[in-house]
Amino acid sequence: MINYILKRLAVAVPTLLLLIIISFLLMHAAPGGPFTQERQLPAAVLANLEAKYGLDQPLWRQLLSYVWGIVAHFDFGPSFIYKDRTVNEIIAQGFPVTLTYGTVSFVIAILVGVSLGIAAAIRHNTWLDYLAVGVSIGAQVLPNFVMAPLLLLTFTWWLRWLPGGGWEHGRWEYMVMPVIALSTSYMASIARLTRASMLEVLTSNHIRTARAKGLPERKVILRHALKPALLPVLSYLGPAFVAMVTGSVVVDFFFSTGGIGRSFVDSALNRDYAVMLGITILVGALTIFFNLVVDILYGWIDPKIRY
Amino acid sequence: MALLEITDLSVAFDTQEGVVNAVNGVTLALDRGRTLGIVGESGSGKSQIAFSVMGLLAKNGRATGSVRFDGREILNARPAVINPIRAQKIAMVFQDPMTSLNPYMRISDQMAEVLVHHKGIGKSEAVAEAVRMLDAVKIPDAAGRIRLYPHEFSGGMRQRVMIAMSLLCRPDLLIADEPTTALDVTVQAQIMTLLGELQRDFGMATVLITHDLGVIAGFCEEVLVLYGGQVMETSPTDPLFESPAHPYTRGLLAAIPRVDQEGEELDAIPGSPPNMTRAPKGCPFAPRCAFAGEDCLDHLAPLSEFSPGRFRACNRSLEEIA
Amino acid sequence: MVIDATRMKNLGDRFAEGEVRGRSLWADARRRFFRNKAAVGGLVMLALITLLALFGDSLAQWSNEEIDFDVMGQAAQVGQPSIGNGHYFGTDDLGRDLYSRTLQGTRISLMVGIVGSLIAVIVGTLYGAVSGYVGGRTDQILMRTVDILLAVPFMFVVILLLVMFGRSLFMLFFGIGLMSWLNMARIVRGQTLSLKHKEYVEAAQATGVPTFTIILRHIVPNLVGIVAVYATLLVPEMILIESFISFLGLGVQEPLTSLGALISEGARTIYYGTTWQLLWPLAFFVATLFSFFFIGDGLRDALDPKDR
Repeated sequence: MINYILKRLAVAVPTLLLLIIISFLLMHAAPGGPFTQERQLPAAVLANLEAKYGLDQPLWRQLLSYVWGIVAHFDFGPSFIYKDRTVNEIIAQGFPVTLTYGTVSFVIAILVGVSLGIAAAIRHNTWLDYLAVGVSIGAQVLPNFVMAPLLLLTFTWWLRWLPGGGWEHGRWEYMVMPVIALSTSYMASIARLTRASMLEVLTSNHIRTARAKGLPERKVILRHALKPALLPVLSYLGPAFVAMVTGSVVVDFFFSTGGIGRSFVDSALNRDYAVMLGITILVGALTIFFNLVVDILYGWIDPKIRY
Repeated sequence: MALLEITDLSVAFDTQEGVVNAVNGVTLALDRGRTLGIVGESGSGKSQIAFSVMGLLAKNGRATGSVRFDGREILNARPAVINPIRAQKIAMVFQDPMTSLNPYMRISDQMAEVLVHHKGIGKSEAVAEAVRMLDAVKIPDAAGRIRLYPHEFSGGMRQRVMIAMSLLCRPDLLIADEPTTALDVTVQAQIMTLLGELQRDFGMATVLITHDLGVIAGFCEEVLVLYGGQVMETSPTDPLFESPAHPYTRGLLAAIPRVDQEGEELDAIPGSPPNMTRAPKGCPFAPRCAFAGEDCLDHLAPLSEFSPGRFRACNRSLEEIA
Repeated sequence: MVIDATRMKNLGDRFAEGEVRGRSLWADARRRFFRNKAAVGGLVMLALITLLALFGDSLAQWSNEEIDFDVMGQAAQVGQPSIGNGHYFGTDDLGRDLYSRTLQGTRISLMVGIVGSLIAVIVGTLYGAVSGYVGGRTDQILMRTVDILLAVPFMFVVILLLVMFGRSLFMLFFGIGLMSWLNMARIVRGQTLSLKHKEYVEAAQATGVPTFTIILRHIVPNLVGIVAVYATLLVPEMILIESFISFLGLGVQEPLTSLGALISEGARTIYYGTTWQLLWPLAFFVATLFSFFFIGDGLRDALDPKDR
């Protein structure tokens, strides 16, 4: 098992480095630097600016110092637009917010999705099954940018139950709508996946053996069917996690939660490459870390993979 | 009273292609400690009989008729009735040892859970008993290997594990569903020898389901020949091999290669197994039978005893097919 | 001899009449597909949407760029759907005809979905087939590359690309195509690995057929089923991705539009009471996604029948 984890780590670390390098080079391949638009700056000012941000150095040096900054000091450098703010500060402001509602959404999506999927599979071809399938098919095609305004319309404008936006250090009433908007479609996907894979597993030979042992159905499902049924769900969690972080852009837009999505859109509109690069790398690193966790869980469940 | 009494058992499946009548009115009885072989080609419904007894039919399957175990009706029984019987009274060994063991659990856990559940003993005690049973099925270094996962065993070893697991509670009846089909030929012989020894030692009644008459010959006291979900012939083993009384049984025997008769060609039964979606009318073997007439497509004579302990279902008399 | 083979055969033939004949896999699958109500419903729905998207313009009384100055600025009051003034689906805030714009958006969305899926089919199939067939070190390198690319937060990269290189239809296709093929490559590789040891492939190898020819002649045709199913299911995925990019305002540029752009516009203006601005494009969007979804599902069930 330890060998297996080390092997996965040996893949994850170079992946992360490659991600940083590719994103960095991509950014520098963009036509025009960060200071070359709109009003023309005097040549001297431009040179000063470029010197300040190290843009006069050869590319490989810039890359090296950028990577070194991240690896050694977790430093993404200064923002290109906000003179007095570093990328770290911008990220530090939005990231905890995104992480909070993201994690809550993620956990809820998994718990509800998996339970719903299992319930539907056990009650296959009953009204519960049909309801679960119907709801999850519907929810899958409703993008979060449709969900969000519909929620606002219902809970803030009509019912006046919930505040229309803000964060207030994550008080629950500010978290409800972002979490629903963010988690619904993934909950639906997870429920569908779980249901399908549980149905598949329940027809497999080793489940028949478990039943032949005279175990009650509850034990058959919990001890024998659950683990294999969750494997496909597990491999979906990586992409789902990334998608939820991406969905932060929508949540921040509609609910003014001030997460990292807001910063990313702002930086994209302002061409603040340093911030964009920083957020991209951060999300990429999270993804890689998350895939690592999923891989390890996979190895824990499936003994055949560990070798 | 017989240990297992199956009366007029039928099994039908609802599928997209229509209703499949897998088993049509099978009746059989088995006494304590006896061995019965059920032989038939794939699709003849032999496994479905076993699944009906165990209550393991697929969800789209419906079983009708009666299955009595120790005098108690168990066909389509509630979980509360059938679960204490499973593994404790009737145990089953499945066809494919590769997939019939849970690949995500250690052998120790899979075996111990049977004893923990039915006997209510502690985990460590259960594992110790499991090791003893693995010894009994001749798995070398059982104590060391019980902590392994199924994929770390070979096919033959896995089937030994399956057999050991099924015997943990010392059942009264063991149903072995094609226990050697998925294995290499040399391993097949070992497993059958082992099963024979265990049957003698433990004394449980055994139903052996197979498509291989050769396997039956060395193991079973009685044989039931199944075709198209219907019983064609049932008989003590030796007389059946000496003088098969049904055209289908003869076809089966003629298709077995024999070492003692040189140079003779094997006679395959022409045609293919019946399409089970048709209504169970007439003799299922009629389309492939050399002796069949128009009447065979229409109806089939019921099983009748033609000599002590031997039954056959055929419209033609023994003289006609001689 | 116990059994008279000839008579047997005749009897058998008589019995076989009207019973199962040796149908090919595809004929069998087609029959099952057309018995699946959801799949056929999806197919009909998709056909209707496509027809409307392609030819519905001839019914329109306003083009998608034209501004109805009678409505402009007061869409909430007079811009609702009506047959009378020719705005069947109403207008947006600028007084543009929503019917024409929805059709136009549907065309773009369908195009994005299909092109994205096509890129996946071509690149992913070849990549996966080569990787799986050649195997060894090549396979390891190719698949490791896919693993790495899968770890890249692609939505962010696409946004980066669109910001840096400017918005254009080409860039949009490029960005979406960049991510669409990765999973296809994985699936195809897995399938290829199991095809690789089939007798006919080994026979081809033994007779000295060049590797690339074997891949094209023997492997790829046997991948058609799985690729078709996956590609169909990929289309709605691509449409969803495009809609998200459009929501960010980075999708196609006016006067062109897409369903995603229309929906996000409708969602933002819903407080003004112009619900039709959200509902019409959303209806087309959902119907399109459902159609592809049901068709893909139906295809899969038809090719891999299991009684569930």
